[in-house]
Amino acid sequence: MTRSEASTEASERAAMEAPAGGAAVVELTGIRKTFPGVVANDDVNLTIRRGEVHCLLGENGAGKSTLMNILAGMYRPDAGRILVDGQEVEPDSPKRSLELGIGMVYQHSTLIPTLTVLENLMLGSSDLLLDVKGSRARFAELAGMLGVEVDPDAEAGSLALGRQQQVEIMKALWRGSRVLILDEPTSMLTPQGVAELGRVLERLTGEGLAVVFITHKLYEAIELGDRVSVLKQGRLVGVVDPEAIRSRDPGELQALIVQLMFGEESTAVADVAELREDVDGLRRTRELPPEAVLELVHVTAERKRDEVGVHDVSLDVRRGEIMGIAGVDGNGQRELAEAIAGQRRLAAGDVRLERRSIATMSVARRQRLGLRYVTDDRLGEGTVSAFTVALNVVLKRIGQFPFWRRGVVRRRAIDETARELVHRFDIRTRGVDSRVGTLSGGNVQKLLLAREVSFEPKLVVYNKPTHGLDVRTMQAVRERIRAQANEGVAALVISTDLEELLQLCDRIAVLFRGRVSGVVENGPGAGERIGQLMVGAKAA
Amino acid sequence: MTETALPPPRPVGEDYLEQPGRLVAAGDALVRSIGPIVLALAAVAAILAALGRNPGSFYSDILEGGLLTRTGFEASLTRTATLLLIAVGLVVVFRANIWNLGIDGQFLLAGVLVAGLGPDLRGVLPNAFLLLVLFLVAIVVGALWTVVPAFLRAYYGVNEIITTLMMTFIGINLANLLIKTTFRDFASTNVPQTSVLPLDERLPRLPETRSVHIGILVALALAFLVQYVMTRTSFGLRLNVLGANPRAAGHFGLSVPRLIIISFLVSGGIVGMAGATEILGVWGYVRADWNPAFGLTVVPLVFLARLNAIAVIPFVALLAVLSIGGDLATRRAELANDFLLVLVGLILIFMALTEYLGRRRALGGTYLTPGLVAGLRRRPHP
Repeated sequence: MTRSEASTEASERAAMEAPAGGAAVVELTGIRKTFPGVVANDDVNLTIRRGEVHCLLGENGAGKSTLMNILAGMYRPDAGRILVDGQEVEPDSPKRSLELGIGMVYQHSTLIPTLTVLENLMLGSSDLLLDVKGSRARFAELAGMLGVEVDPDAEAGSLALGRQQQVEIMKALWRGSRVLILDEPTSMLTPQGVAELGRVLERLTGEGLAVVFITHKLYEAIELGDRVSVLKQGRLVGVVDPEAIRSRDPGELQALIVQLMFGEESTAVADVAELREDVDGLRRTRELPPEAVLELVHVTAERKRDEVGVHDVSLDVRRGEIMGIAGVDGNGQRELAEAIAGQRRLAAGDVRLERRSIATMSVARRQRLGLRYVTDDRLGEGTVSAFTVALNVVLKRIGQFPFWRRGVVRRRAIDETARELVHRFDIRTRGVDSRVGTLSGGNVQKLLLAREVSFEPKLVVYNKPTHGLDVRTMQAVRERIRAQANEGVAALVISTDLEELLQLCDRIAVLFRGRVSGVVENGPGAGERIGQLMVGAKAA
Repeated sequence: MTETALPPPRPVGEDYLEQPGRLVAAGDALVRSIGPIVLALAAVAAILAALGRNPGSFYSDILEGGLLTRTGFEASLTRTATLLLIAVGLVVVFRANIWNLGIDGQFLLAGVLVAGLGPDLRGVLPNAFLLLVLFLVAIVVGALWTVVPAFLRAYYGVNEIITTLMMTFIGINLANLLIKTTFRDFASTNVPQTSVLPLDERLPRLPETRSVHIGILVALALAFLVQYVMTRTSFGLRLNVLGANPRAAGHFGLSVPRLIIISFLVSGGIVGMAGATEILGVWGYVRADWNPAFGLTVVPLVFLARLNAIAVIPFVALLAVLSIGGDLATRRAELANDFLLVLVGLILIFMALTEYLGRRRALGGTYLTPGLVAGLRRRPHP
């Protein structure tokens, strides 16, 4: 039997039995998974039913992705049983899971950008010859089912991220999956893209598929989920079933889920959890001194192939101002940050710090002048994980007094400063002599903040400062940015989280394909205008 | 893979990390350093037995020839000086995670220039000064021979393993060419060679010895100096950062190309010194097609010593004893001298196995600030 026959049969079967709604497809019982030093999942029971969008909700590190990776065959559980259609199975590879009808779409693209959409879809084929004709038929069938329009012969890399995600979904469904797992699918999407994804999910559940939707955003779970399971520190702490979701009003539901997510602490964190609230105009307009700390004048940065780059960007950030950079991920954010920090050379234009051109200065020189960059690649370039916390604190000041004298290290000075910063920034570590590799993600970020905002900064570039952090750390980081601004330090906050920018910023510039498509004063209605600019609409 | 799909960072408390006691950790390091050597010695014993030789007498011959007789002991000590200089030169680049594998070319060219220029200059310069000048020549030649790979790596990202190996081929042949043409002493034998530097104009001997020259003191001093620079100075830290995370180095504002070039030049210079030491301390001349190929046998030792310029000393001494004593042992066992390479090769294989079975130690963690001493002895978090 060829693959296309098999898949057609599978989808027919799915269609015939659909949409019974409620019949269990997958049952997980007593799942436990540990990594060295971490219990990622502990005795988790979960039932996934057909025709439902099942939201897995929890903070970062709650074990949502681990649990689904077990189902998708990426990890093997230490204990517990997995039943598919009542049969006990052991998905020991992604391939096996696909055969069982379980497909997963990961947070970041797994498509090969230089291949066409169709070629990407055929990649998993184990046939000797590619069945192009059959694949086209299958493609048309799936496109019809999802209600999407994608050119099968377009290069995958040329598609917008939302389209790429649709192709990923097709890839997961290619062999007739009945369970589709989406890992944080909205993190790369515009608000419009999210709406489109919602419609695709509706069609899928209408066809009788089960969808598992992993998210750490509460409002998404409420909006998109038929059933919401809440994970906390590896344990399942509650399930909100469809009746409960239908019968309660949104406010009540929110309170219930917040209670599940945070338990005792819920009152403390309720206001910072990522609830969709009307944050427009949250930030008061302040009197800012007119002089600009940072000026970008028609900046075009050098770029490598496949990079979006930065083209003709002009911006200024005033003393004490928090300027936001919004945009869908991959629209030149990192390139812009690197151009300002000096890690990337300019092809044209000028960068000025307090009216002085710094365009040709080295990274170290800019750093000494008070320009700081909190990178989003915290482990890749922000720290040396084999080095201690103490050493990482001073890595941008190698050779400088008081940490070095005539080129020779002064350990006591380093340790004293590190201890003070660890205390002041509440970095949870065994001691300043622990390796950075032993810290959790949130504490690594606190360490970066400690390093960058200490030693008299004038302007700090924050690249995705709260990405991947738990709610409490997120709050601490945002407070730190505000506090710095109140002390007169200028800030450029790059974030893909629009809500965050609306909470923090005085003004928000929008990056689209490496250009600033507009700058919006924060205030009522700002969010909507930014949303339009994010997809390339011209500034009014 | 997604960020969240990875094992989540532990959100609460970091005290799960069990800290092995210092003794355990020290024992761990010892096992991982000495283990491969012991295993290799055992495996070679098995091979010898299979070949019908007596492993016991083979090893006792090595000890006799390399350690227990006065000539053997002195020869081992002299050989140690040369090997140690090479090892120290490698520590500098390996710390920066740069692979200078062009050692033999740098070594030989420096040696040949010293051997060739020495006799010509001896009338011109007073003796002590002559040696200094010759050492300088060797340092410059060794360093120069790394310039091409260094620039290609620094500015164009060209793989330095390939370029340094290619430079070695060129270097070895160029050295031979020089011996056979410019520096040839036509008065001497049929095999082309340079003129011989008289004994009293070579490196001074240590008192109370017949053949041990001051090179061993120079090498030891340099080993301690390099270790100090690598662990206590800002320059050393910069190299360590480059080695541990080159992208971070750029982010921290280090000039990565400059660091690459400097570490290459320093490494080549020290290897050049090794060439001068061998010529001025032991031979006094170079014969055509002479190439002791010390380079690649020293490489594994540098890693066994965990890129520590002081810890490498005993390893290098062991290799010296093996190679000096091995001459006698292989002759008595009627084996080719190359049999010793089997031993070195096995050390490499067992090293790889131990590393594979144990945990890979992150490079650059040896920069010792107070806590780091403890951090170093702690197993890295996976």
